[in-house]
Amino acid sequence: MTVPPFERFYAENRDAVFGHLVRLLGRQRAEDAFQETFLRALRGYDSLRHGRYLRAWVFTIATRVAADEGRKRRPEPAADLDGETTDDRPTYAQIEHLADELPEKERAAVVLRYGYDLSYSDIGTALGSSEEAARQAASSGVRRLRRRLQ
Amino acid sequence: MTAVPKALDQRFREAATEAGLVDVSFDVADTQIGPLLLAVTERGLCRISFDPEPDRETETLARTFGVRVLRAPRELDPVRRELDEYFEGRRRDFDLPLDLRGREGFSRDILERLAKVPYGEVTTYKSLAVEAGNPRAARAVGTIMNRNPIPIVLPCHRVVGSNGSLVGYGGGLERKRLLLDLEAGTPRLDIHLS
Repeated sequence: MTVPPFERFYAENRDAVFGHLVRLLGRQRAEDAFQETFLRALRGYDSLRHGRYLRAWVFTIATRVAADEGRKRRPEPAADLDGETTDDRPTYAQIEHLADELPEKERAAVVLRYGYDLSYSDIGTALGSSEEAARQAASSGVRRLRRRLQ
Repeated sequence: MTAVPKALDQRFREAATEAGLVDVSFDVADTQIGPLLLAVTERGLCRISFDPEPDRETETLARTFGVRVLRAPRELDPVRRELDEYFEGRRRDFDLPLDLRGREGFSRDILERLAKVPYGEVTTYKSLAVEAGNPRAARAVGTIMNRNPIPIVLPCHRVVGSNGSLVGYGGGLERKRLLLDLEAGTPRLDIHLS
C-alpha cells in the first residue's frame, strides 16, 4: 500500500489523535502536543516505505509527545498513561526483538501496548478495531512470544 | 472523537510550511471561471487544475513532487492575487516563478515557448511545432497543451487550430472562449459555468 498524500493522512487522523491527546493531557496541553505530533509525523513522512498502520504510527508519535510533555511538567517519570498497573506484563525490552516476527496486527497491538503504553481503547482506535479485539490481538501476540521464548 | 478546533488546524498548517516540511502546498480558489485547485512548491507554482477535488489532484502532486502535500491557503496568496488581477483585466503577464519538474525534453521546450505567446494573441499548434523544429508534431503539441500543468499562466488557451477553430481545452471550450474574450477586451466572465 503506497503512502497517501500527507493531507489525506492528516484529514483521516487529526480528530482521533486530538481526542487521544485530550484524554492524556487535558484540553489546553493537548493543543501544543497536537501541533508537535503532526510536525514530527511530517518530518518522518517521506521516509515511510508503505502506508499500512499509519494510524497506529501517528498514535505512537502522539503518545511519545504526550510522555515528553508529562516529563516536562513533572519531576518524576510519567506513570502508566492509562492508569493500569499489572505485574506480570513483559517489559518491552524483553520482547522488542521478537515482535517483528508476529502477524502484523498482533505486532502493532504488542508494540502499542508494551512499547508505548497505549490503552486498549486507543489501540483499537489506532488499528480500526474494537477495544476487545485490540486486547485479544495483544494478548495473542504475547502468548506467541512467550512460546518462542520457552 | 474530538474535532480539532479550526484555529489549531490552521496553526499547524502554518507551522508546517514555516518549518519547511511541506513538499507541495495547495488550496482551492474561487475565481470568475469557477473553482481552481492551485499548488506551489518551494520552487514556484506547479499546478493549476480545473478539477477542484483535492483527492484526485493531490495523488498526482505527491507522485511528482513528494508525498508531503498539505492544504496551506496562505502559501497560495501571491498566486491568488495575480489571478484575481488577471481576471479583473489589470494584469497581462504573470510574475510567478514556475516549477515544471516532471516535464522534460520536447514537452518542456513547448511549454517554455508557450509561455512567450503574448496576452491577447493566439498561435497555432502547428506554429509551436515548427518553432520547436518539429513541424510534423502538431498533434503532439496538442497533447502537451491538454496536459499543461499550469493553464492560464502557461496560456494554452492562446493556441488554436490552423483554421482558427478553438479545437480543445483541458478546462472545456467555454472557458477557453471566456479567456480569449477577456484578453480581447470583451470579457463575459459573468457567465455561469457548470
